[in-house]
Amino acid sequence: MNAVYALYTEPADVQRAVDNLRAAGVAEHEITVISSEPIEEFEFSHRDEATWLPWIAGCGGAAGLAAGVLLTVGTELAWPISTGNMPIVAWWPNLIVIFELTMLGAILATVVTLFVTARIPSREPRMYDPAVSDGKILVGVEKPAADVIPALERALLAGGAGQLRSGPPAPTPAAAGTNPRP
Amino acid sequence: MNETTARRISDDLLRPLLNTSWRFYALVAVLASVVAMGVGTWAYQMYMGFGLTGINNPVFWAFYITNFVFWIGISHAGTLISAILRLVDAGWRRPVTRCAEVITAFALMIGAMFPIIHLGRPWLFFWLVPYPSERQIWPNFRSPLVWDFFAITTYLTGSVLFLVLPMIPDFALLRDKTTGWRRTLYGVLALRWQGTTKQWHRLESAMQIMAIAIIPVAVSVHTIVSFDFSMAPVPMWHSTIFGPYFVAGAIFSGIAALIIAMATLRKLLHLEDYLHPVHFQNLGKLLLLMSLLWAYFVFSERLTVWYGNEAAEVAAFLATQRGSYAPLYWTMIVCNFVIPVPILSLRKLRTIGGCVVASSFVLVGMWLERFLIVVPSLSHKYLTYSWGHYRPQPVEILITISTFAAMALLYTLFAKLVPIISIWELKVGEDPFPAETQEQIRDHPLWKAIP
Repeated sequence: MNAVYALYTEPADVQRAVDNLRAAGVAEHEITVISSEPIEEFEFSHRDEATWLPWIAGCGGAAGLAAGVLLTVGTELAWPISTGNMPIVAWWPNLIVIFELTMLGAILATVVTLFVTARIPSREPRMYDPAVSDGKILVGVEKPAADVIPALERALLAGGAGQLRSGPPAPTPAAAGTNPRP
Repeated sequence: MNETTARRISDDLLRPLLNTSWRFYALVAVLASVVAMGVGTWAYQMYMGFGLTGINNPVFWAFYITNFVFWIGISHAGTLISAILRLVDAGWRRPVTRCAEVITAFALMIGAMFPIIHLGRPWLFFWLVPYPSERQIWPNFRSPLVWDFFAITTYLTGSVLFLVLPMIPDFALLRDKTTGWRRTLYGVLALRWQGTTKQWHRLESAMQIMAIAIIPVAVSVHTIVSFDFSMAPVPMWHSTIFGPYFVAGAIFSGIAALIIAMATLRKLLHLEDYLHPVHFQNLGKLLLLMSLLWAYFVFSERLTVWYGNEAAEVAAFLATQRGSYAPLYWTMIVCNFVIPVPILSLRKLRTIGGCVVASSFVLVGMWLERFLIVVPSLSHKYLTYSWGHYRPQPVEILITISTFAAMALLYTLFAKLVPIISIWELKVGEDPFPAETQEQIRDHPLWKAIP
C-alpha cells in the first residue's frame, strides 16, 4: 500500500492541509486524518459524524426482545409444568428475561456496528505513523495514483507546517499497524 | 492540550507498566498465596463434603450467599457510576472511570463464583440449568435463579465491553511506545486501531449508547438479586422495597470500594497529579448521599416491620435489635451511618484520608448488612420449632478472605498491564495539572510587574 501523508502539530495546520487537498481535487472520503485523541473544535473533525449507530442499536434491542419472547414462551410451552400456581406462560417473570435480552441485543449490536463501521480490526495494513502517539496529527491519502503524488505533496506542504512522508509501508509485526517508510 | 502536557501524561501513566520494582512481585506473591489458600480450602471442602461449613437446617444460605450479594453490590461502583458521569459529561470523571469500571468486571466475576461454591458439588452446576432433560428434572423457567443468570450475564458482558472499548486507543499508544513481547501483545489488543476521525466518532457514539443501555441493566441486576430474597415468603424478606433498598446499598458499597481503590492506586503508582483531592471530595459527597439514603431505607423497612407487629417478622426483627445478632446490627449502624456521616459532612474531615477511613467502615458495614439480611431471617422462620443458629466455620471464613485477596490481585495485575487511567480521555479533558498551572500564572512576569 502506498500512501502520501504529512504530520502536523497544530490542528489549525491540519485544517489548512485538508482544505488544500480538497482544493487539489481529492475526494472527501479519500482524505484521512489520524490523531491520538478526538479533536472537536475544527471542521475536519466533524467529517463522518453522521451514523446509523443509534438506530442499529435499537434494532439490536428489538432482536433481543424477540429472542427473549421466543425463549421464555417457547420453553414454557415446550415443558408445560405448573409451578407456584402460575399460568404456563407467566408474563410477569418473563418480562425480566425479555428485558435483559433486549438490553443485551442493543449492547451487542452497538459493539458489532462499531467494529464494522470503524473497520477495527482492519483486514489489511492501513496508513499509520507511530508519531501519532507522540501527539502528531496525520493527514494523508492512501493508494494515490502515481501521477497525482506531486500535487498531493504540494497540497500537504502548502501550509508550511507539515513533515511530508510517502512510500510503501515498512514491514511491521502483523498486528502492530502499518508504518509507511519515510 | 499542548504536546508537552500530552507527552507528560503518556509518560506518567505508562511508567507503572514499564517499570517494575520488587515491591510489585512481593505484593503479587502475597496476594497469590492468599488466593491459593482459598482455592485449596475450596478443594478441601469439596473433598470432605459440604458438612465442613456451618450451613445446616434451617440456615441454608449464609456466608457464601452473603459474599455473592456483597460482591454483586461492589460491582455497582464502576459501570453504573462511570455511565452516569459519562452521560452528564462530568469533566472530573476522566481519571476515575477506568478505575471504577475495572472494579465492576472483577467484582462480578468473583460474585458469580459464589453460587457455584455454595453448591458444594460444583461439577453438578448444570443441574441448575433449566435445559431439556431426559432425567425427569422439572425445569422452573419462572425461578428467580433464571433471572439471576440472565441479569448477571448481560451486566458482565456489557461491563466488560464498556471497559474494553475505550482501552483500544490506549493499547494503540502502548503498541507504539513499547518493544518486544509488549509490542506484540498490545499490537494484537489494539486491533489495528489508527485513530481516524471516523473511528473516534464511532467510538464515542458507541460509548454514549452503551452508557444509556448499561444504567438500567445495572439497576436491574441488584433488583433481581434482591428478588432472590423478596420472592420468598420468609420473615423480613418478603418486602416491596427490597429492590431499591438493594440498589442503594450496592451503590453505597460500590463507591466506598472505588474510593479505597483510587487512594491505593494514587499512593502506590504515584498518581498524585491525576487523582486530585477534588475527586475524593466529589466521591465523598456521593458516599454521604448514599449513606443517608441507605439509612432512610433501613428505617423505612424496620419501622414497617415493627409497626405491623406480625409475630414471625417481629421475632426476626428483635433478633437483630437485642438478640444474638444485635452486636452485628449495631456495628453495621455505626459503620454505615454513625462514623461516615460526620466525616463526610465536614469539609475539614472530607480529605483523602477521611474518605478512605469512612469507606473502610462502609465496606465492613455493608458486608454485615448483607449477612444480617440473609441469616437472621432464615434462623427465625414462621414456626418456632424450625428456628436455628448459624456459626461460620473456618472454610467459609478462609474462602471469604481469599476473595478479597483475589480482587486485589486481579486489580494489581490489571494495573500492571493496562493504564489504570484512560490516557486519551485525559488528554481530551482539561489540563490535569491545575496546581502547576496556577503556579505558572502566579510566577508570570505580568503579575510580578504589578506592585
